[in-house]
Amino acid sequence: MATDTTLAVRAGRRARGLGGFVVVTLLTFLGLLAITFFIGRVVPIDPVLSVVGDRATQAQYDAARIAMGLDRPMIVQFLDYVWSVAQGDLGRSISTNRPVAEDLARVFPATLEMATLGIIIGVVLGVPVGVWAATRRGEWVDQVMRVFALLGYSVPAFWLGLVGLAVFYAGLGWVAGPGRLDIFYEGLVPARTNVMLIDAAIAGDWTVFWNALSHLVLPASILGFFSLAYIARMTRSFMLDQLGQEFITTARVKGVPEWRVIWSHGFKPIRVPLITVIGLSYAALLEGSVMIETVFSWPGIGNYLTVALLNADMNAVLGSTLVIGSVFILINKVSDVLYRVLDPRSR
Amino acid sequence: MSTRDWLLDDSPATLTQANLGRAWRMFTALMRNPLAVAGMIIILLLLATALFAPWIAPESPVGQNLQARLLPPSADHWMGTDELGRDIFSRVVYGSRITLMIVALVAVISAPLGLIIGAVAGYFGGWVDRILMGLTDVFLSLPKLILALAFVAALGPGIENAIIAIAITAWPAYARIARAETLTFRNAEYIQAVRLVGGSHGRIIFRHVLPLCTSSMIVRVTLDMAGIILTAAGLGFLGLGAQPPLPEWGAMISRGRTFILDQWWVATMPGFAIILVSLGFCFLGDGLRDVLDPKQGGAK
Repeated sequence: MATDTTLAVRAGRRARGLGGFVVVTLLTFLGLLAITFFIGRVVPIDPVLSVVGDRATQAQYDAARIAMGLDRPMIVQFLDYVWSVAQGDLGRSISTNRPVAEDLARVFPATLEMATLGIIIGVVLGVPVGVWAATRRGEWVDQVMRVFALLGYSVPAFWLGLVGLAVFYAGLGWVAGPGRLDIFYEGLVPARTNVMLIDAAIAGDWTVFWNALSHLVLPASILGFFSLAYIARMTRSFMLDQLGQEFITTARVKGVPEWRVIWSHGFKPIRVPLITVIGLSYAALLEGSVMIETVFSWPGIGNYLTVALLNADMNAVLGSTLVIGSVFILINKVSDVLYRVLDPRSR
Repeated sequence: MSTRDWLLDDSPATLTQANLGRAWRMFTALMRNPLAVAGMIIILLLLATALFAPWIAPESPVGQNLQARLLPPSADHWMGTDELGRDIFSRVVYGSRITLMIVALVAVISAPLGLIIGAVAGYFGGWVDRILMGLTDVFLSLPKLILALAFVAALGPGIENAIIAIAITAWPAYARIARAETLTFRNAEYIQAVRLVGGSHGRIIFRHVLPLCTSSMIVRVTLDMAGIILTAAGLGFLGLGAQPPLPEWGAMISRGRTFILDQWWVATMPGFAIILVSLGFCFLGDGLRDVLDPKQGGAK
């Protein structure tokens, strides 16, 4: 009976926590919309001019102004904007002359493919390196890792991409060049998911698969390097916290083998905070891919955004900002929830 | 009594003596950290290069010489020449002025902005706090580079707009720190004392709250410098920041992109400058954090 009430109380508390979480997330999305609205309608000195161009006649200008609804009060315009975004309408791109939402759905899988491989590289290498550095605190491994991690904060991604192309593509010929596929493999496999590796695997066309992988591996590794630097550094600091605890000493005194002390006693408790770190760096990779995609002519959302920027295609710019921002917020919030669900102390 | 003893006096006679003494202690603590010293040397080097650019650079950063196009690095041209025959070393040297200007302006705009917003939110609490921090959190939960890109797109390309866009994306982190610091001493007795003798809210915030936030702020700004340099270079690389013929490092890399496979030095050399300067700020920031902010040592 008593347990029933505690369980009910606990469930109620969790539901309220979840409700608060949904409200906060929705408010954050609204804030994002307010920012993109502000950038699109308030910051440009004349938003009409940025759409019709400066050679439009006065009549065209007035028509565009009314068509854009700029004669209405600002708050009505904002609500209208929120309503159309909620329906998936992001406006039309002036450079591709298609709805921005359609364009984004087409290019996003390419970015996702690159960022996902990047985060896999970052986690698979970063976590063990971080643990290793923590167990060898102050030794050369630790020092090398520290410099390496700081380099991750100091090297421009686009520069590393260019150097990578010069060395591994032009110099050594180990990987394929810019783009997603060699030109003669283009269009051989039907685009089902727009994730090239998966499409090629579904079609069973392994030549295309290996070609796509050879194009993907360099940009993904460069992205992976940046997340590796961050993940390794955070793993090290979490691990150091754990290894300084008394139960670790107890385990050692009991004669537990060192690898068990590290991986079982030390590593298990840090898995939960690591999820947050990995979530954050995954979101950061989506951002970092903007620069990398430009360098590698990778037809993803970053490339779409930069092309739109250069053409002053505001609908496309704001649509991309909105999508990247939303994914960013979503990943942040989901890792937050995961933390709460998985960490027994916060239950 | 030597100057050193005067500085380290445990019972300073004047406020100046106490302040100088504290500064001296921090300085010596910083000097014991090799990475911080390396960072400081790099930044001093950057300052000197920016200041004495006309005397250091062998050639003009904008003077063209089409007979000497795309020459590899040599004794005459330490970093080679670009597609218009301009000496890359001279351009990198002059570029330090632009980089320094960008980071200084961004810091000068965003740090005080964040400080004031955070201190006001923390000091008043209640709905002021909720609104200001809600705004801060929205900005914090968005990717900085993307936000800066969108702002530049709306404002139009150019170095001034790039600085504004970066500053707009940089302040929220400072607001968070300032608020956290303010909360810890807003109910302290000395604040109550100022209030009792009739100090206005403005006076309390500016004279008694903000000065206490500065040390953690300095650490954070220094650590952020690398990020600011990278964002500025990124904007330059995309053609949205400094415009040609300005010798901005990111824009120089972008020009060298076309030649990366055959004339690698055009794009790589400015990159080394970016890495060196960013590393300098990272090193110094790390060291400063250990000295000024011992409670966070080792974290991050």
